[in-house]
Amino acid sequence: MNVENFATLGAAAIASSVRAGQASPSEIVRASFDRAREIGAGKDELNIFLHADREASEEEAHSMEKRVESAADVGVLAGVPIAIKDNIASLGLPTTCGSRILGDYVSPFEATAITRLRANGAIIVAKTNMDEFAMGSSTENSAFGPTRNPHDIRCVPGGSSGGSAAAVAAGITPIALGSETGGSVRQPAAFCGVVGVKPTYGRVSRYGLVAFASSLDQIGVVGRTVDDAALGLESIAGFDRMDSTSSDADVPIYRLSALGKPAPEARAPDTDAMRIGRSPVPQPPPPSSKTLEGIVIGKPKEYFPDSLDASIRDLCERALDRFRSMGATVRDISLPRSPLAIPVYYILAPAEASSNLARFDGVRYGLRIDNGKGLKAMYEATRSQGFGPEVTRRILLGTYVLSAGYYDAYYKKAQAVRTLIADDFRAVFTSGVNAIFTPTTPTPAFPVGAISDPYEMYLNDIFTVTANLAGVPAISVPIGRMRRLPVGGQIITAHFDEYTMFRVAYALEASLGKEAHQ
Amino acid sequence: MAVSREDVLHIADLARLGVDAARADALTKELSAILEHMEVLSQVDTTQVALTAGVGSGGTPLRPDEREAPMMEGTLESFAPSMRDGFFIVPRLATHEDPTESSA
Repeated sequence: MNVENFATLGAAAIASSVRAGQASPSEIVRASFDRAREIGAGKDELNIFLHADREASEEEAHSMEKRVESAADVGVLAGVPIAIKDNIASLGLPTTCGSRILGDYVSPFEATAITRLRANGAIIVAKTNMDEFAMGSSTENSAFGPTRNPHDIRCVPGGSSGGSAAAVAAGITPIALGSETGGSVRQPAAFCGVVGVKPTYGRVSRYGLVAFASSLDQIGVVGRTVDDAALGLESIAGFDRMDSTSSDADVPIYRLSALGKPAPEARAPDTDAMRIGRSPVPQPPPPSSKTLEGIVIGKPKEYFPDSLDASIRDLCERALDRFRSMGATVRDISLPRSPLAIPVYYILAPAEASSNLARFDGVRYGLRIDNGKGLKAMYEATRSQGFGPEVTRRILLGTYVLSAGYYDAYYKKAQAVRTLIADDFRAVFTSGVNAIFTPTTPTPAFPVGAISDPYEMYLNDIFTVTANLAGVPAISVPIGRMRRLPVGGQIITAHFDEYTMFRVAYALEASLGKEAHQ
Repeated sequence: MAVSREDVLHIADLARLGVDAARADALTKELSAILEHMEVLSQVDTTQVALTAGVGSGGTPLRPDEREAPMMEGTLESFAPSMRDGFFIVPRLATHEDPTESSA
């Protein structure tokens, strides 16, 4: 492995070189920070990182070198630099959620997802920029300035995990963690030409993820390739007693799905060794007419409206043709209640946010503005100066839909329609469809400052938000470019069937090859 | 359903958000415009539909009611803004409620 090619290396290649003693973790961490400098990740350029501590990361890498020398198990992510969205609690680096109200808050505990990454040998190099409290689709709502898209600095990287997607797209880290409430990993992944996965609700512990809308929030993974995303997700997934909504369902080795076979019924004898990196995952064969044999892909008409941009439609049709050529059957389907998803989401998520964000009051965390005029005045001054315009708007919207007289008309109604949206997905998956394919976003990345109307911005989530409402897993993979900007295609599967989702994603990525980025 | 300026000021008060006059006018327009898009939901018949509050499977599992040490790095003093005798120091709530009250 040549560290000079660091920006193009996958996480699995880095980790296997480290475990074999062929690459030094210190050299890799240096390459990550050098790449960040070279690409202009700093505040006045792409503005990708909110916090990074090069010295601490290098010390961690140095200590890993000693473990490699002593032949200790260093993990499936040995020496892999990983960036973390700044709403996931980390030790050593601040956790600000892109908000003034959390200032330089440093968490006294760490999110389970980060603890698991470290246990697998990853080195946390930075916290990434984001829309304040994950409320946004462009990373323009950060209190610390917008992040820029590495493919075109005039454009947004998407959001709210825009910093994480940009870090991976810029070749600074092969994997980054983001979080999803309505598409905040998949949409920026599509805008930045990388892979973004939202797991099934309950697949990954939310312990340490700062709550926005608890019934929707999930930690997700951005990867340079499908393999990076699969490796990242299988490293952090699984039951955690610290999150009562986390599931105890088995976590397969998602990387095995690349072999183009159904999920293994029984555990292979070397599965455990593969999980910790002692035994390699077999290399997948090139795609063939049998790669997706037996798979039925649903094409929902509601996600291909007449108004869909012709270039995006063409790229999706090309992807669907590839599925057919690999043995899959493409079936026209309907998810009739999906067009209601944006109104449902923008009632439920703000309602939950208005409650979750009540804790930021100047007493417990971060900013406190006390003008000596009483407790209520302190709350109001702290919150109005600490929260930005979008967070304020959503707290007010949420308070309104929960208030007496409006609760039934808005909140209860939205909960009922959420049931109908989830029922649509259930019906499709029980009818024999294995995976659904849609565009990830209705447009490619747009220029910074181009969208000022809040509802127009919300419409960016139109194809992604349904998976969050239904709780099903979904992934965005690059499927080509329009006007030189990346376009993503989305694959959605049934609850806890990330294995099939990755199987289809691996196949599409292999079939498109370089065309995915052209 | 259009939101009035009074509604905005009322919910801002409930949410403990200070909103000045100019911002209240802007928010009245913004929230009204957003809520207009929500009206489509009123046309959906949901009389026989169960409500979805969450999408976790199998309800919320219980764990043994056992106390564990907090999973925190470092001492409380290392992250608390202010501590005395093992207690967190927070703003004096009673005094803050009424600035004229003398601090006893």
